[in-house]
Amino acid sequence: MMGATVDTILSKYRHDSTRLMDILIDVQDEKSCISDDTVKEIAKGLKISMADVEQTLSFYHFFSKTPTGKYTVYLNDSVVAFMMGREKIAKAFEEAVGCKFGEVTADGLIGLFNTSCIGMNDQEPAAIINNRVFTRLTPFRVKELVKDMKAGKDIDEMYSAKTGDGNNSHELVHSVVNNHIRKEGPILKTDVRQGEIIEKITKMTPEEVIKEIKDSNIRGRGGAGFPTGLKWEFCRRAPGKQKYIFCNADEGEPGTFKDRVILTEKAKLLFEGMTMAGYAVGATQGILYLRYEYKYLQKYLEDVIEKAEKAGWLGKNIGGRKNFEFYIRIQFGAGAYVCGEESALIESAEGKRGEPRDRPPFPVEKGYLECPTVVNNVETLCAAVKIMKYGSEWYKSLGTAESTGTKVLSISGDCFHPGVYEIEWGFTINNILDMVAGFNVQAVQVGGPSGALIAPNEFDRILGYEDLATGGSLIIFNESRNILKDVVLNFTEFFIEESCGSCSTCRILPVVMKDKLVKILNGLGVTRDIDDLLEWGKILKASRCGLGQTAANPITSSINNFRHLYTSLLKTKKDYETGFDLNLAVQEACEATNRIANV
Amino acid sequence: MYQTIKIIIDGKECIAKKGQYIVEAAKENNIYIPTLCNIEGVKPKGACRICTVKVNGRLMTACTTPVAEGMSIESESAELTDLRRSIIELLFVEGNHFCPACEKSGECILQALAYRYSVMAPRFPFMFPIRELDASNPKIIKDHNRCVLCKRCIRVIKDDEGKNIFAFKKRGHKVEIIVDPESADKFTDELAEKAMEICPVGAILVKGKGFKKPIGQRKYDLMPIGSDIEKVSKSKKAVL
Repeated sequence: MMGATVDTILSKYRHDSTRLMDILIDVQDEKSCISDDTVKEIAKGLKISMADVEQTLSFYHFFSKTPTGKYTVYLNDSVVAFMMGREKIAKAFEEAVGCKFGEVTADGLIGLFNTSCIGMNDQEPAAIINNRVFTRLTPFRVKELVKDMKAGKDIDEMYSAKTGDGNNSHELVHSVVNNHIRKEGPILKTDVRQGEIIEKITKMTPEEVIKEIKDSNIRGRGGAGFPTGLKWEFCRRAPGKQKYIFCNADEGEPGTFKDRVILTEKAKLLFEGMTMAGYAVGATQGILYLRYEYKYLQKYLEDVIEKAEKAGWLGKNIGGRKNFEFYIRIQFGAGAYVCGEESALIESAEGKRGEPRDRPPFPVEKGYLECPTVVNNVETLCAAVKIMKYGSEWYKSLGTAESTGTKVLSISGDCFHPGVYEIEWGFTINNILDMVAGFNVQAVQVGGPSGALIAPNEFDRILGYEDLATGGSLIIFNESRNILKDVVLNFTEFFIEESCGSCSTCRILPVVMKDKLVKILNGLGVTRDIDDLLEWGKILKASRCGLGQTAANPITSSINNFRHLYTSLLKTKKDYETGFDLNLAVQEACEATNRIANV
Repeated sequence: MYQTIKIIIDGKECIAKKGQYIVEAAKENNIYIPTLCNIEGVKPKGACRICTVKVNGRLMTACTTPVAEGMSIESESAELTDLRRSIIELLFVEGNHFCPACEKSGECILQALAYRYSVMAPRFPFMFPIRELDASNPKIIKDHNRCVLCKRCIRVIKDDEGKNIFAFKKRGHKVEIIVDPESADKFTDELAEKAMEICPVGAILVKGKGFKKPIGQRKYDLMPIGSDIEKVSKSKKAVL
């Protein structure tokens, strides 16, 4: 789309305001920012107000109203990035580039920005530069990269080593990312021929397909764990001519990257899963909602879709069966964790702010464009294909009685083999640590920041819906880590950054709680502060969505399992402390009058 | 013809219309569930969370949840009362609310709720944010210090083509209400007046106009919020 004007971009999306996300993404890619004049032009073209454009635009992290540089560097600021030396990398960037993070160089060449977890925890520190991912950065590599930028090199010429394994080396991906598949199970195994399952299901009724999925007892793999078969059945029964299948590929939970690997290696399997879901519920349109961080996979995934259409596995009369029609398109997000929540994802796909909806109605009744909609995780859809191939009985033979099948895990942090592991449900944390070679472990974060921080005395707990339910993010911390300062504070700041701001509780409380955590970290806390944090955490349960309801989990779960870390920082023999620091309060005045604050 | 169903609110059997929201059904049964962001007849948003109730043991917002046959709703428990009070306190500490100097005093829903829920000093530390006063619009003043981000203005005030005039900008704790930069000439006197009325606090004011009623005679000066629904007489003010 080089050289496209706002007008041609608007025409490409038929001046449809529900495609505002695509329009803004194209404009941003084209002009490196979306200025007030452009906002005006877009508003006019879509017949909406400038305020409407502004409210979507300002919601997403990757949109900017001012130029972000010819080269735009987004350096991951997740916990694991810091553990792997992010501070030195950031310093190297700032020194070599000559500006601070959050700024653009005076000549407009390079912009440096922070960003939430980009799904590369197994190869940190990592950054996205002009939609290409650079992993395992070192200060030396940073200097090389900045030199290349100053020389005006093309981004693809900046790779120093060969590209990654598997499809990462595919000419349409051309990425240095590595898959790190360490343990392959039935879902990750390549044993389904393209079209095989479509041939099978078209000999069945949609109801029979749904029954097989229901019988398998598979539950959603994104984290919420809703029974997949039931979701499909509700959607099939919901009245509505047009129905939609969404694949949720917005994995934003810090520490999760398994969907990245499935998308890279199992795209055909995934699209077949979406097609199958379409057949089962009676939908003709599938939408892959892909996080902007994975834009480097766009060309490859579009090519897979195109080839499937040519081969007759997508489009009209699929598999030669009349009236079986299904299309897939990719919808990009633009940097918002909350869009992983299914109703926020739908709002975003409609061109709006990613604010979760009130339920009821549920998306299966009223979803995308008010039509019945199924939203399934990447892994769920792939697992559904395998269930159709081998049967629900086979699937139930894997895992535990309450949690059937396997789970693809993203494991990172302090272990020798970070990467993607497919295990049967029922593994204990100890089993996991044996598998990945994690030693001197102080804590394991199960399920990302919204999950729980587990201490060694609970390492015999199992992964499964009956105990530790997880979307698959496991982060390991060894004894050298400062849990409160480096982990809990970072996670809390993540929730503050990613709140949509719609509910009063989730908008305000995490900020208040963070201030209290900082007070304790500064050695000004008292026992009362810990009790307050636990009490206040409960208020968040009144929030609308899972993000808000779990936003206090990093703090409350670490108090519950690592209380000694808090109490060791408290002021003793004092039951009241305002947190007021007189020296700090007069610091500015002292600086102005050239005195030293020593009151 | 609507279908009537039976529901239970705080142990009391109530008759409700199928499909109506809990907060409406409660009102028709003379039960007050506090609301702030909700406006009767406008699609609810569940932004402030003050109307949170327990439906079959689960926390739900009463303004967005439709009633269903046999539904058991808990509203006035000690737990929920404290939850509501804490949310009111959160809204107070988030902004800069100086009631004695506010034009809306006595007609402000946030202030009225604070009285009803006996908010003395909030349990949370004040955030004292630095917020702007926006007087760029020829008709209205937007005082961000008092804004509780309830989205009422966004949902109700539209121009004559139905386009939004107010909108949210940014996200999380940085969220703020913006006014469409091209809306200046769309603001009629009626629209400005409506915007001021729809605002539950004193964040939208019509320029060059004070409030007609003197302090002491305003809506909530006379009767605590909710007492019209509960049909409580003036002498028996409902204070928790």
